[in-house]
Amino acid sequence: MKLSDVKEILDAEVIVGEDNLDLDVKTAFGADLMSDVLAFAKAGSLLLTGLTNTQVIRTANVLDIAAIILVRGKKPSTETIALARELKIPILTTKYILFETAGRLYTKGIVGCLQKVDNTSGRN
Amino acid sequence: MAETNQNLYSGTFNIEGGNFNSAGIVSTGIKSTLKKLGIPSDLVRKAAIVSYEAEINVVSYAKKGVMTLTVHPGVVCIEVTDEGPGIPNIDLAMQEGYSTADQRIREMGFGAGMGLCNIRNYSDAFQIESEVGKGTRLKMTITTP
Repeated sequence: MKLSDVKEILDAEVIVGEDNLDLDVKTAFGADLMSDVLAFAKAGSLLLTGLTNTQVIRTANVLDIAAIILVRGKKPSTETIALARELKIPILTTKYILFETAGRLYTKGIVGCLQKVDNTSGRN
Repeated sequence: MAETNQNLYSGTFNIEGGNFNSAGIVSTGIKSTLKKLGIPSDLVRKAAIVSYEAEINVVSYAKKGVMTLTVHPGVVCIEVTDEGPGIPNIDLAMQEGYSTADQRIREMGFGAGMGLCNIRNYSDAFQIESEVGKGTRLKMTITTP
């Protein structure tokens, strides 16, 4: 689906990337722990998170994340917004909690970038 | 094989300890350098993850550090040397979930004892040396499969 569909489904506000809403997305990953995002998230996925600092943008950049969806109505700091603009990473914010956000997207066809981790070490 | 030893890029970057605002700048730069060199995207991604986690570690624990990027055809090498407290027990530090991180590091979305594991898992070769009171040195090599 398009990022514009994600915006509709989540009744989200676009904070950065109004011009990028025709971006195509198929998968997502949700976590507040950036090391887990780095371990498991795939390029081109949505990142659902409640963390709003600049490291979320750095992490998204490292992984070529398509867009960041801030959940629970979180608003990013001005530094985070500036960095997202610089690195051209869209940020949307939704009032839905993480569970609802994931559920609503899943129902409409977005799937996890993986279903289960491979082994006990958590290695992807 | 002269061709495979061809040095495509060498660069050294300083990392400032304790400055969480600038954490990630070096690895973001490394990623864009590798992209510009036309390195395959899988290698770029691994190198970016590895350098980012290593940079976060330097910012989190050390006074300062230096990251060196060396690129040969099909091989990306990243070395990180820091002036930090050192790691008393490397086996313990390499255990997933083991962490000495403070609240500040955790608030940034790190410090859950995953960093070194991520670095090892995304590297094709990984070396770690540490001396308590002096610092830690990491060497990561990522190669084309």
